[in-house]
Amino acid sequence: MTLFYVFGAVAVTASLLVIAQRNPIHSVLLLIASFGALSGLYVTLDAPFVAVIQIIVYAGAIMVLFLFVVMLLNASQETTEEDLERRGAPGSPAATPGLKVFGALLALALVVELVWALTRASVGGDFGEGSVSSVAAIGRTLFTDYAFPFEVTSVLILVAMVGAVVLARRGTPGDA
Amino acid sequence: MPSLNDYLVLSAILFSIGSAGVFLRRNLITILLSIEIMLNAVNLTFVAFGRSFGTVDGQIIVFFVMTVAAAEAAVGLAIVIALFRHRESLDPDSFMTLRW
Repeated sequence: MTLFYVFGAVAVTASLLVIAQRNPIHSVLLLIASFGALSGLYVTLDAPFVAVIQIIVYAGAIMVLFLFVVMLLNASQETTEEDLERRGAPGSPAATPGLKVFGALLALALVVELVWALTRASVGGDFGEGSVSSVAAIGRTLFTDYAFPFEVTSVLILVAMVGAVVLARRGTPGDA
Repeated sequence: MPSLNDYLVLSAILFSIGSAGVFLRRNLITILLSIEIMLNAVNLTFVAFGRSFGTVDGQIIVFFVMTVAAAEAAVGLAIVIALFRHRESLDPDSFMTLRW
């Protein structure tokens, strides 16, 4: 019970700080902390396989990719409204504070609506005893019932890899 | 033992934080990070429902969601790099015209 609240509080706090940081590197590092807390939540849900995958794939691979791109681009600070005014940039829509308040209100409305609906719905209730989620059971289901989606996944990754290489490639001197 | 509803409420809060990041931030990398927060909130819902129903299907869907998230991050960051080369900026407002 307490583990759920500890991990949940860490995940929510770290995610809020991700949104609040100006420096993208701090955002990425805080998101890794949030993913660690989510991994702990998966352990409390009797899903050790997903917890390990979360750490290895998300925190270990995807976030390192983000960190690499942030350092490659070397654009540490987000431009603020003051910068735009000083530069005399033409009034871009999101630079007006009214729309920012509107976005915050929309997000607040979303959280109120979702929490209100979920607290009224009373789905499920307590979890039953006995877990079925051993790694062997996951592997058996993945390679029998979900064999075709698993193979399609490999094609997806191949396409994403080729697409990333083509998009990030420097243009040839002729067409640049 | 927390109930299924507790996990769903936590997941809803995380999803709202991610959507707030997409609404409010003006940095392409932070927007991509907010999308990752939303994907993880949905993953938590899948695992909680799978635990509640007593099947492993929820965890397998999470496996596929992570694969799609990895592909999305690779392609999205490649697009961000290509955009940054053209404009020297990560502000989405500087890409309002659909031409180079």
